[in-house]
Amino acid sequence: MTVDEETLTITCTVNGEAVRDVVPVRRSLVDWVRHDLGLTGSHVGCEHGVCGACHVQVDGRVVRGCLMLAVQADGARVETVEGATRSGRVAVLQDCFFERAALQCGFCTPGILLQAAELLEHTPAPDRAEIRAALSGNICRCTGYQAIVEAVEEAAGRLRA
Amino acid sequence: MKPARFRYLRPETLEEALAMLAEWGDDAAVLAGGQSLVPMLNLRMAQPAVLIDVNRIAGLDRIEIIGERLHVGARARHAEVLRSATVARAAPLLALALGNVAHEAVRNRGTFGGSLALADPAAEIPAVTVCLDGAILARSSTGERRIPAASFFEGVYTTALRPEELLVGVDFAPLGPDFRFCFREVSRRHGDFALAAIAFAGRIEAGRVGECRVVFAGVEESPRRLAAVEAALAGAAVSDEQAWRAAGDGLGAVLDPIEGAEYPAAYRLLLARNLLLETRRQLEEEAAR
Repeated sequence: MTVDEETLTITCTVNGEAVRDVVPVRRSLVDWVRHDLGLTGSHVGCEHGVCGACHVQVDGRVVRGCLMLAVQADGARVETVEGATRSGRVAVLQDCFFERAALQCGFCTPGILLQAAELLEHTPAPDRAEIRAALSGNICRCTGYQAIVEAVEEAAGRLRA
Repeated sequence: MKPARFRYLRPETLEEALAMLAEWGDDAAVLAGGQSLVPMLNLRMAQPAVLIDVNRIAGLDRIEIIGERLHVGARARHAEVLRSATVARAAPLLALALGNVAHEAVRNRGTFGGSLALADPAAEIPAVTVCLDGAILARSSTGERRIPAASFFEGVYTTALRPEELLVGVDFAPLGPDFRFCFREVSRRHGDFALAAIAFAGRIEAGRVGECRVVFAGVEESPRRLAAVEAALAGAAVSDEQAWRAAGDGLGAVLDPIEGAEYPAAYRLLLARNLLLETRRQLEEEAAR
C-alpha cells in the first residue's frame, strides 16, 4: 500500500467473529474479504454489479460485494458463503446443488447459494418463475440454469418438510 | 484496487453533508446505494475527488404519510419501497414499477433518490415519479427547493439538481380511489433496464377513461407526460380498441425516441405503441375480475 493511500479503521463482525482492520477507503468489500481476510469463497467476476458472483450478506441482506466499499461495512454484520456453510444455513441448498449437478465450474455458485437462501427465507414455497426472478441477477455460464432452478425448488420442498 | 483515489467523507448529519457539498460541489459525488456510482468508479468512468457517503445520516430513508402526502426518503432502498404497505396503499404504481427494477441484491442496496438523481433514460423510477407528479425535495445549506418532477429531468443523466444540493426525498400527492394504475415493461431479461416501459395512471368511470397520465421510460431521453396521448384517451372506453389504437398510432408524431445502433428508434416506437395497447388490455382484464 502506498503511503498516501487514504485508510480508515473499521470494526464489524464477519461470519460471527469481531474484526478490526485498517482498510484503504477505495477497497471494495469483496476484495477486502478475499485479500485481507482470506475468505475466497466470494468471487470477483464482472466488478460492476452485473454477475452476482461476489454476493455477501450485510446486515441480513444479500448485496453485491463489488459495489460496496469495505469502509461501508463499518459496524455491520457481514456473512460470506464460508459463514453460511459453517452455520449450516445453506446446507440443504448445497446438498441439492450437488445431487442435481447444478454447477459445473462453480464460480457463480456461492453467490447463487446466498441469493437462493434469502429467497427461501422470505418465500418458502416459490414457484419456478419466482426462483428465476430471484436469481435473475446471478449469471451462470455453464449450466443454462435449468438444474439450478430445480435444485432450489428441491431445497424449498425439503426445507418445508 | 479499481476506483481512482478519492477522499472519503462520512457525514453523520444532514447539516454536515450539506456543508461538505457546499465546499466541494462538482468535485464531490454523493454515495448512497452505490449501485450505479460504484460501477462507474470501478470502471473509472467517474473519478470524483471526494465521495460523500450519506448512509449514516438518520432519517433519510423514511417512508411515511405526512399530512395527505406520501413521503419517500431519498435513501429508502428499492426493496423497502417495493415491500412497504404504506407505498402499496398510497402509491401502488411505485410498487408495480419497482418489481421491474434490477435484481434482488441490487434492490437491497439501491435507493429511490439515487435513481432519480442519476436520471438514466431507461430507469423506471423517474418515469413513475413524473407520472404521479411527485415533488422532488432538494436541500442545500441555504434552504430547500421543491422541484416538480415534470421539470426535474433535463436529459440523459442530467437533472435540475445543483452541485451543492442533496436530493432528500420525494412527496406524492394522493390520487383518487377511482384511479387505476399500470406499469408494463419490455427488457432483454427480467431486471434489466427497459427497452421501453409505460407508466399509466387513469381515472376510470363506468368503463371510460377520465383524466389520465401516460409516461414512457426507455423511449425518450427523459420521461415526460404525453399531453396529446392523454387527451386522445380521455373519454375513450376501455373496451374501445380502435380509440386506443388511434392514440397509439399518434405516438410517432409525439415521441422523439432515442437513436442507437442496437435498437433503432422505429423499434422503440413500436414497443411504445404495443405497451399502450397492452395497457388497455390489462385495464379491461382487471375490470372483468
